[in-house]
Amino acid sequence: MHAAPLVALVGNPNAGKSALFNALTGARQKVGNYPGVTVERHAGRFVLDDGRPVELVDLPGAYSLEPSSPDERVTRDVVTGAGDYERLPDALLVVVDAANLDNHLRFAMQLIALGLPVVVALNMVDLAERDGLTLDAGVLARELGVPVIPTVAVRKRGLDELRAALTGAVGGGGVKLLRPSDGSIDDDIVTLQRRARALSAAATVSETAGRRWSHALDAVALHPVLGPLLLLALLFVMFQAVFSWSEAPVGWIENGFAAIEGRVAGAMPDGWLRSLLTDGVIAGVGAVVVFLPQILILFFFILILEQTGYMVRAAFLMDRLMAHVGLSGRAFIPLLSSFACAVPGIMSTRTIEDEKDRLTTILIAPLMTCSARLPVYTIVIGAFIPATKVGGVIGLQGLVLFGLYVMGILGAFVAALVLRRTVTKGESSGFMMEMPKYQWPRLADVVLGLRSRAAVFLKRAGTTIALTTIVLWALLSFPQAPKDGGVSQVDYSIAGRIANGLEVAVRPIGFNRDIALALIPAMAAREVAVAAIGTVYAIDDTESGRGQGAMIRQLQSRWTLPTALAFLMWFVFAPQCISTIAVTRRETNGWKWPLFMVGYLFAAAYVMAGITYWLALAAGL
Amino acid sequence: MDMSRRVIPALSLETLPRRHHATVAAIDWAQLAAPEARRLRELGFDEGVDVEVLHRATLGRGPIACRIGRMTVALRRAVAGAIHVQLDALPAK
Repeated sequence: MHAAPLVALVGNPNAGKSALFNALTGARQKVGNYPGVTVERHAGRFVLDDGRPVELVDLPGAYSLEPSSPDERVTRDVVTGAGDYERLPDALLVVVDAANLDNHLRFAMQLIALGLPVVVALNMVDLAERDGLTLDAGVLARELGVPVIPTVAVRKRGLDELRAALTGAVGGGGVKLLRPSDGSIDDDIVTLQRRARALSAAATVSETAGRRWSHALDAVALHPVLGPLLLLALLFVMFQAVFSWSEAPVGWIENGFAAIEGRVAGAMPDGWLRSLLTDGVIAGVGAVVVFLPQILILFFFILILEQTGYMVRAAFLMDRLMAHVGLSGRAFIPLLSSFACAVPGIMSTRTIEDEKDRLTTILIAPLMTCSARLPVYTIVIGAFIPATKVGGVIGLQGLVLFGLYVMGILGAFVAALVLRRTVTKGESSGFMMEMPKYQWPRLADVVLGLRSRAAVFLKRAGTTIALTTIVLWALLSFPQAPKDGGVSQVDYSIAGRIANGLEVAVRPIGFNRDIALALIPAMAAREVAVAAIGTVYAIDDTESGRGQGAMIRQLQSRWTLPTALAFLMWFVFAPQCISTIAVTRRETNGWKWPLFMVGYLFAAAYVMAGITYWLALAAGL
Repeated sequence: MDMSRRVIPALSLETLPRRHHATVAAIDWAQLAAPEARRLRELGFDEGVDVEVLHRATLGRGPIACRIGRMTVALRRAVAGAIHVQLDALPAK
């Protein structure tokens, strides 16, 4: 039996491909990965007019069939039937931006020349009209020799006509053979481009200047003075919101976990199982899930900035600064995402064409203060930095937190500067980007994006983090210390004995045994450090109660200020995140770079924490 | 100095004043790295194309945002300098 016919959605970046894909397939879509490459595969289904189901796959946006990034390579290989990412499509649905035919028609012509049945979606005709551009789809269809359907994907206009055209294009099943390659793929871009321009001119009925509201917005967003100020203001609002908006939901989650813990504790007899569930699993997972609101708020802003088209403007504004350290404005987008989490940040470096540039960005991405560090920072700052005001306005605690973010950014810049002169030495990369028109963000797409982030985070909290806290709990609880031996349970446990050994290595930078203990499970994920410290102290001292207040009291009685500061500095640099290391291995195709990354970051963490500790001691803190 | 060989400094996209329509006269491909040159072609840069400088980033030597056809493209000054242009007529506005 034959599978459903395959239709591939192809087009330039910014042609509105994804919007059309969502409009055609609705909720029936799957996001996966192409084998061997870290390119996302979006596939969905819809039904043709004659009742046949069709599989639609949304290929990465490309400018031509000559790939210059892994994404574009997948697109080229699928439409030419090379590689084994996908079977040869039965038809291509080529999306072009009606307002940018000059450029998009060239790629469309290249695709049509491949010989597969093609339907062209002349997308975003409404925006083109608003721009004062009237087009004749009939002329285009005649000249291109394929159906051309005007559409407005975001408003679901033209979809019926598109389905009808595809019903005709997707013939009697069976995969068609490509026309023997006559070198048309290698056709000179310039020649094709000229033909595209001529065709675009022929199809243009009228063209006036129209309302160029994108240009009006850019007059502010890209203004030499106002632009950077606006960017700073946006970043400020974003980080402010991460903290202020999250207060209430964080409270709900804390109360929820406290309630669950109380329920479990009340329903079970005292014993090791109850201790495992309350001290290990619930306390550990709860300490991490609390940060879900902050992560979602951060991603909310990043998704909005991306969808509106502002992110490219930010890259434009940042290019000069990034050029100073040998990077380009393009690196700004992955680095900003890394403030939420380095994993999607590192994955989004795929849009950077220059290999050295991309590698450098990957290597410094973990230095951006990700949301997993927040639990650690929040607790330690809460315990050691007084909540006083500096100059009567700025909170000292907030200032220290801001300082930690700045340390990360400075560290990243210094690292980039050094890396670009040593291991990733090479020609300075360029910066050339199409700036898409501004668009209203689509709520449905934002919700979809947030939902998948939340799922990934909760899965991590539920598996990796739960597991490491259980293991740590076990290592801490066994063997049981004798009741009257005068030796604490932590010291007597397996974990305590390991940590006592490790302590020798970290004592010079001011770390004590408890910290050494917390650093081991925190290799899995930074936020586990908090859960681990919580577990250590919950086991050692059962009368002081639960929650952040109790943990803060514990920290104050056991750590000195220089130790706390060194601990904060350690987490600015330390690459304690299995997911980041794994994604770096995947994105760089091997162990060389992730190992290098781990090595240089641990070295930096050790040195910087040490310097902080000794400076703090010298200053008499 | 040989005065007879002195040429009028040609205008490039780097030096073109903002908001002036211009036509690409020639592109010095040899001055560009191969991938850069290809991307430039893919974005539609070619002799005879209508261009306009829209914005210059940040005081100093930041990149340039220019309009080509109906598209806005950001590029660095070094690349813009390789794109020689001819002023069309009077200011766009």
